[in-house]
Amino acid sequence: MLDSPDLYVKAFGYTVFLFLVSGVLSVVLGTVLVAMRVGPVSVLSRAATAYVTVVRNTPLVMIFLFFQLGAPKVFQTLRFSWVDIHIGPYDFTAFFSAAVVALTLYTSCFVCESLRAGINAVPLGQAEAARAIGLPFGGVMTQVVLPQAFRASVPPLASTLIALLKNTSVAGVFGVIEAAAQMKSFTNDFASERTGIFIMFALGYVVLVEIVSAVAIYFERRWRIA
Amino acid sequence: MRFTRTKAIIATAGLALSLAACGNAGEETEGPDVEAAENAADNFDDGTRMKELADAGTIKIGVKYDQPGLGFKDAASDTPTGFDVEMAKQLAASLGITGDDIEWVETISDNREPFLEDGTVDLVLASYSITDDRRKVVGQAGPYLVTGQQLLVPADSDVASTDDLAGQEVCSVTGSTSLENVKAEGMKPVGFDTYSECVEKVLDGTVQAMSTDGTILAGYAAQNEGELKVVGDEFSEERIGVGYSIDRPEMCQWIVDTITDAYDSGAYEEAFTATLGPSGVEVPELPEMDACA
Repeated sequence: MLDSPDLYVKAFGYTVFLFLVSGVLSVVLGTVLVAMRVGPVSVLSRAATAYVTVVRNTPLVMIFLFFQLGAPKVFQTLRFSWVDIHIGPYDFTAFFSAAVVALTLYTSCFVCESLRAGINAVPLGQAEAARAIGLPFGGVMTQVVLPQAFRASVPPLASTLIALLKNTSVAGVFGVIEAAAQMKSFTNDFASERTGIFIMFALGYVVLVEIVSAVAIYFERRWRIA
Repeated sequence: MRFTRTKAIIATAGLALSLAACGNAGEETEGPDVEAAENAADNFDDGTRMKELADAGTIKIGVKYDQPGLGFKDAASDTPTGFDVEMAKQLAASLGITGDDIEWVETISDNREPFLEDGTVDLVLASYSITDDRRKVVGQAGPYLVTGQQLLVPADSDVASTDDLAGQEVCSVTGSTSLENVKAEGMKPVGFDTYSECVEKVLDGTVQAMSTDGTILAGYAAQNEGELKVVGDEFSEERIGVGYSIDRPEMCQWIVDTITDAYDSGAYEEAFTATLGPSGVEVPELPEMDACA
């Protein structure tokens, strides 16, 4: 197995796709959640707080279990059988979709909390000044608060995304043949190369994590004030 | 949630067992009785692992706990049941060790080689297919059963062969050779942690079929009688053998001899009928076993 780099690179395919799709969705949903939390509408704020508290206290595996085994029995649409996309050797179907949903719902809570820390770092006077010149809540958030909050949130956000990258391995036991699941196949078929295979896959994750942190460092430098 | 599910499974299994007990009064789920050899230690040379085990009067055997008919243990019972388990009892019996003195250890596909290498178990009988690569790290004697990959589909399904499922999703267990074969046959592999989750996905219609060794599928078909059936020709050949430590090569001939004796005495047939029989599979001939080095 170790002499076939093609198989090895392909093994990380679903891992990367899961990370990219749920990463983007998590940042979007997390931003919406944090806007709800700090916003003036108390119903929305409470709803977002309740959501974050509940989901953040639930193990990821249980969220996966819910979307793979519980929800499909109750709601037909949650079977995701309507998702059927094929790109090259990769298939994005029900199992991939359920994994993306579970990862996104889970990770967005942590994105929300990272951003909230960033918002707390923006001096209150900034928001007050923005309101004073007549900006509505949307304007205050998008023009003044969030840009500064994102800048302050880069390090915790990067940690959250790195956690997401590693959490994609949970999908391996729920129907998605990502890297961790492929590794199990390889160690089963090539029992004599067990140690080597393990090291190679561990290194694969290290490389991916390093790429994410390199991107984070780039943004940290680019957005640094003075 | 997993906990509730487990409880539900335990409750269902318990109910099924008690119902089964009502249906066939007197039927033993434990399998046929196995007589332990007396003074077994005298039959083995000093310094062999068999002598050590016979003297110790106990043996650690790794079997699977999630394969009905082969190696299965539900939470309500103390000992596993199945064909692999019966074969293990035959081996232990030839050392003068009875069922009560066998220490059962649950093995999953992933930890069979490590358990043999570090001595956690003395033998592995866990639908353990013999491969050249595995023989580099552990000893494998046998095969005592030859099976091949087939399909498990709902009883009312029209699927008759792998051709009917080209391009469709078929599930199996992550980390098994079965998934690779599914891919090679032109179907899309979907991997789960355990066979039971995969079976559940077939029952609820998310995937059309499950695929792995015919004997494993037969066990599930027997467990879900009337709901699931095994179809199609075997599209791989799995030679199921007994795993032992590579440092104890003397065990090989003993395993081969014991299994041959069990076949000749009819114990093999009895064990097969009691465990995999309900699925409707005929008792196979004993395969020709590999020569021991």
